[in-house]
Amino acid sequence: MKLDRRKFLNTLLGLGGIGGVFSIFYPIVSYLNPPKSAEPKVNSVKAGKDVDFPSNSSKIIKFGRKPVILIKTEDKQYKALSASCTHLDCIVQYKSDTKQIWCACHNGVYDLSGRNISGPPPRPLDAYDVKVVKDEIVITKVG
Amino acid sequence: MNKFGSKIISWIDERYDLTPVRNLLEHKKVPAHRHSVWYYMGGVTLFLFLVQLFTGILLLLYYRPGEDSAYESVRFIVTEVKFGWLIRNVHSWSANLLVLFAFIHMFSVFFSKAYEKPRELTWVTGFIILVFSLAFGFSGYLLPWNELAFFATKVGTDIVGVVPVIGEPLKILLRGGEDVTGATLSRFFGIHVAILPAIFTVFLGLHLLFIQRQGMHEPEHFRNLPEEKKKYIPFFPDFALKDLLLWVIVFNILIFLALYFPWEIGNKADAFASAPEGIRPEWYFMFMFQSLKLLPAHILFLEGELLGVLFFGVVGLIWMLIPYIKIKQRPNWKIQPLELIGIIAVAFIIVMTVLGYLL
Repeated sequence: MKLDRRKFLNTLLGLGGIGGVFSIFYPIVSYLNPPKSAEPKVNSVKAGKDVDFPSNSSKIIKFGRKPVILIKTEDKQYKALSASCTHLDCIVQYKSDTKQIWCACHNGVYDLSGRNISGPPPRPLDAYDVKVVKDEIVITKVG
Repeated sequence: MNKFGSKIISWIDERYDLTPVRNLLEHKKVPAHRHSVWYYMGGVTLFLFLVQLFTGILLLLYYRPGEDSAYESVRFIVTEVKFGWLIRNVHSWSANLLVLFAFIHMFSVFFSKAYEKPRELTWVTGFIILVFSLAFGFSGYLLPWNELAFFATKVGTDIVGVVPVIGEPLKILLRGGEDVTGATLSRFFGIHVAILPAIFTVFLGLHLLFIQRQGMHEPEHFRNLPEEKKKYIPFFPDFALKDLLLWVIVFNILIFLALYFPWEIGNKADAFASAPEGIRPEWYFMFMFQSLKLLPAHILFLEGELLGVLFFGVVGLIWMLIPYIKIKQRPNWKIQPLELIGIIAVAFIIVMTVLGYLL
């Protein structure tokens, strides 16, 4: 009988102990996990005037918190693609000599429609819509 | 020793009994043989760690973490603060030499089989210290908040993300959010100056304690010598003085490098600029970086990246557990299997590093 009471108390203490440890670690682990900052709802951004943008060049546009690469091809077509390399998140650049999109980090290459054509990138770059409205370049999210 | 000095020692002795310390100093001995030079590598690494500790504390007095202040404060240190450039250069160079000597120390221990019973835990703690040294290097690299560091951190933390299940939460935990931002810088600063030093000190303490308890390892060719042919030198003062001499030499090399090969600050990080050409990590991550670069996007049904990361993870774990792995000796082989593995590992690291700089 005595032993059972001891067992009972030990279990009780043990459970309390586990609870105590949990009540210390839970807030710490939660604290370490950064709060989700509200994603700014950006559906379109203006990227400057069409006339100011030379053909066969590119620039990186801030699309909310994401970088987007805007390219004006030689035949004056606009292409907008996510600038984050699908491989390891570096920011890609437009190579005006090869007319390709290149990532300096690990030599990933995409064609102008964002398809991964060589190097390590596993997926194509996400595409954005580009329109020229009254000489203003406007990039919008697809869908 | 002068009278005052011995008075102080006997005062302490009376209260705290210094017999263990005295025994250690009097009886510790170091085997003298043709491979004795490797005994000094750990000591040099320790010395460089002390330099890191000291210069790191000095840098802390002016460094200000934060997206808008980190780069500016490092520039302030190297341009405005008297001898700030020297302290920063010594810190950067010493970090690199530390990793180099840690690797040399590790491979010398590996090839002399010093990790075998009873020194298994010295090896394990040593490996953990090496991993933490690399983490020190990786976290410290970001602190000047320049372009190179920014993209190196983006890549390094993204690699963590490819690990199944725990990868993504771990990446967010490291970055302090989805992307590499000022929040990442704050975290890396905390990791670099508080978390790592605390954990590192514990493992370093254990590592040194184990060495003091067990004494120096005797390699096989020395152990097999008849007793009268075994030569030793006393640890104190002979070995300690030689150690000190080497520390002075290394210190001079360090200052020479810091004076003539200063570290650039580069351009300030910009989250909306393309990764610059020629981007590469610190040389000691180069072999992993290069291997990942050479892997195709997909291998069978897995992403190449994931396979690479798993490969290095598993190899690292096996390397740490080397003392517990028994591989049959092959009497007819000129080079034993384990030795062969070590040679392959060294060759792989060197070839991949060289390729990384050439390609």
